[in-house]
Amino acid sequence: MAWQWFHRLGSPRWFYEKTQAWLPWLTVVTLTLLIVGTVWGLAFAPVDAKQGNSYRIIYIHVPAAFLALAGYYIMAISGAVGLIWKMKLPYMVMKSAAPIGAALTFISLVTGSIWGKPTWGTWWEWDARITSMLILFFLYLGIMALQQAFHSRDTGDKAGAILALVGTVNIPIIYKSVDWWYTLHQPASIKFVGESTIHASMLYPLLAMVIAFYCFYALVLLLYTRAEILRRESRTQWVSDLVAQQVSSDNKDIPVKGGSTI
Amino acid sequence: MTFQFDSFASFMVMNGHGPFVWAAYGITFAVLVYLLVSPLLQRRQFLRQQARQQRAANRNV
Repeated sequence: MAWQWFHRLGSPRWFYEKTQAWLPWLTVVTLTLLIVGTVWGLAFAPVDAKQGNSYRIIYIHVPAAFLALAGYYIMAISGAVGLIWKMKLPYMVMKSAAPIGAALTFISLVTGSIWGKPTWGTWWEWDARITSMLILFFLYLGIMALQQAFHSRDTGDKAGAILALVGTVNIPIIYKSVDWWYTLHQPASIKFVGESTIHASMLYPLLAMVIAFYCFYALVLLLYTRAEILRRESRTQWVSDLVAQQVSSDNKDIPVKGGSTI
Repeated sequence: MTFQFDSFASFMVMNGHGPFVWAAYGITFAVLVYLLVSPLLQRRQFLRQQARQQRAANRNV
């Protein structure tokens, strides 16, 4: 009885129907936070004494890097749950998390590179933080490729989950890289324990952007997973009912199109 | 909280850092928009394709 919620959570249909209601709310919250955080960070946060205005890149660079790492854990944990409990839904979440994580890692690498030019005088440096982040990017791409590499989807899912779990070794290395190695990259400015080394007037817009990126991640992960659920469950009755419903509502909306066979 | 620049022009230039800042924000938002639109298009494509198959199946009955 106590495990009922867990199994229900593992049902793709339940997940698809349940998340439908969350999407509009999540979209509104995400867009509001993104707009507020961006305007605040770009125009109203004070200029940095050392880095001038180039530091404003922090408001997208740091949240993207946070989510690139957190997203890897989400992917690896769902892979592990899929392997252990042999459930379908976690594999769909894992598959959806890979391209999102790759895109966020790409953002953090590119914005970091653009930020590096005015502050360090170089676009790229093979230092510990940047190199381990590049490895993270390749891990994401590798997992995406591995999932596609097998004829059987089950085998691809399992292989992807195993690579995702092996790759978690890289995550603490990324976190600790600025402390372990002497590097160009500045150490963490936000600390959960102890005082942050960033002033409140700069910290608040950054926190707004971090929350905005978390919300954005949740929203996009839901959208990708819902599309994946439809694809994988395409032969079930509930999906064909959904399609039939969609067709009839389309016909009602656009009468001209209703008669055609496209 | 005050606007940190004298004019819109100086906001764009950002004391010479403008091109870096705007390029970083531009690329980021392009990628975010892609992430948002891509699953929506996938879903729409799937529904269209399935609807076509359902209609074809209904005709053959």
